[in-house]
Amino acid sequence: MTATTLPSSPGQSASRWLHRHPRARLISLIGAPAAWMLVLYVGSLASLFLTSLYRLNDAGSGIDKVIGAQNYRTLIDKSVYLDIAARTIKIAVLVTLLDIVLALPIAFFIAKIVGARWRRLLVAAVLVPLWASYLVKAFSWRAIIGSPGGVLDKTFGASPNYGEAGLIIVLAYLWLPYMIVPIYSGLERLPDSLLDASSDLGAHFGFTFRKVVLPLLFPSIVAGSVFTFSLSLGDYIAVDLVGGKTQVIGSVVYDNFSADLPFAAAFAVVPVIVMVAYILGIRRTGALENL
Amino acid sequence: MQLTRRVRMLFGGMTGLVLAFLYLPLAIIVVLSFNTVSSLSWPPKGFTFRWWRAAFHSAGARDALIVSLKTATGATLVAIVLGLLAALAVHRFAFFGRESLNLMIVLPIALPGIVTGIALNAAFRQAGVEFGLLTLIVAHATFCIVVLYNNLLARFRRLSPNLEEASADLGAHTFQTFRYVTFPLLRTALLAGGLLAFGLSFDEIVVTTFTAGAGLETLPIWIFRNLSRGEQQPIVTVVATAVMLMSVIPVWVAQRLTSDDGPLTGGTR
Repeated sequence: MTATTLPSSPGQSASRWLHRHPRARLISLIGAPAAWMLVLYVGSLASLFLTSLYRLNDAGSGIDKVIGAQNYRTLIDKSVYLDIAARTIKIAVLVTLLDIVLALPIAFFIAKIVGARWRRLLVAAVLVPLWASYLVKAFSWRAIIGSPGGVLDKTFGASPNYGEAGLIIVLAYLWLPYMIVPIYSGLERLPDSLLDASSDLGAHFGFTFRKVVLPLLFPSIVAGSVFTFSLSLGDYIAVDLVGGKTQVIGSVVYDNFSADLPFAAAFAVVPVIVMVAYILGIRRTGALENL
Repeated sequence: MQLTRRVRMLFGGMTGLVLAFLYLPLAIIVVLSFNTVSSLSWPPKGFTFRWWRAAFHSAGARDALIVSLKTATGATLVAIVLGLLAALAVHRFAFFGRESLNLMIVLPIALPGIVTGIALNAAFRQAGVEFGLLTLIVAHATFCIVVLYNNLLARFRRLSPNLEEASADLGAHTFQTFRYVTFPLLRTALLAGGLLAFGLSFDEIVVTTFTAGAGLETLPIWIFRNLSRGEQQPIVTVVATAVMLMSVIPVWVAQRLTSDDGPLTGGTR
């Protein structure tokens, strides 16, 4: 019997070629996203860093494209900026801790205690607030914690008023769903059998929670913390609305953006360094898979 | 799992408190949207549909809504394509720079919005690109990619590789396998990720402020402008309430899609 080759469709020929050239397969897949991220994002970050090394023209007419570390020297020498940076980091840490405390019980309840139908309802209930406008939520809190005349004031007679404490509560409120979701996903992946085994071996619930659940949840918690931390480090709108006179990194950067772009860029580099260091540090915990 | 009633009630109680915490400010907004007084003060003085009627006729709100929808749709589509390509590459190949690529994709959402906003603003200006819908979509797509990428990677990890191999064994070429086997398995993850990305883009304000340019207004920017103006505040509460109510549907749909994964994924779950 003579061998006849059937005519191959363009799809088949391309497929055959790709099979023989694995590197071409990889490049055709990774090319577009990698180019996008490298050029657009990493490129603009590099440009930001470059701008932070420039300085304002002495005549006040623009930016001198002269490389120098004067902006960073200002940041380090003037203690007010170090204070602001430290305060912002402190706020971010407190917000993150508060969100972890608030998210754990509700995530556990939804993932492990309720049945399937309630679970879908509750997850949707947690996600709907994400769609409510950030601005409107911040304004609503302004009406709540303002004193005198705010909701808390009229109902309880006492209210934190605009300031750092109020800001921490509001930021924790705003980012809470971003903490609940990764922890919930992590709990979903936690096999029930582990918890059963723990109680079979005699542990009461508190012990199981501390020694079995929490260590296994650690990557998810860290993943959630990436959101709350980064969102708090850069925020300037909620700070302006409910923070009163509190100054954070975001407010300084925003205030200086039009007048002194190089300086704003230099201060903006600070949260970048913090977050990149944080992300590189948590890589080993496996948290990045859970984002 | 054996949990005592006390533990269950304890967790149930805490959940109730957290949910109340989450929804109280939202409830206040909804109530205030019917308030007769035009400022965000409490308690409400009366009930009226006035603001709802005004919001319906507000051209500014409508235009801003359209811009937001266009931006979110464009950004989500770009993010779906790029996120899918990246997830496919990262899942199937071990290549030099894979870790770095992973980090690069995550960065836009890990770095504060103001940094992304300023960086993109400076970059666009240096490149001489005019600010407008295109720069806005590009900026939004950049932080939406990671949402699709992560969702798809998670789905890939749950899928059994046997399915694609079986398809090839039965004679399908690469593109046929993708079209008839891989893509249907990814559909729900794409939809859920797409909805999340859409929501992120729709509500985004910081990066938008720096990349939209002077003439373009998305809904959050419109809200921001009008919240400072006293007489427009109630209309803003109406818009916020409407968006919240409308969003219940996509959230519910996305939930149904991702939690109904069963034996069809071919995984070992």
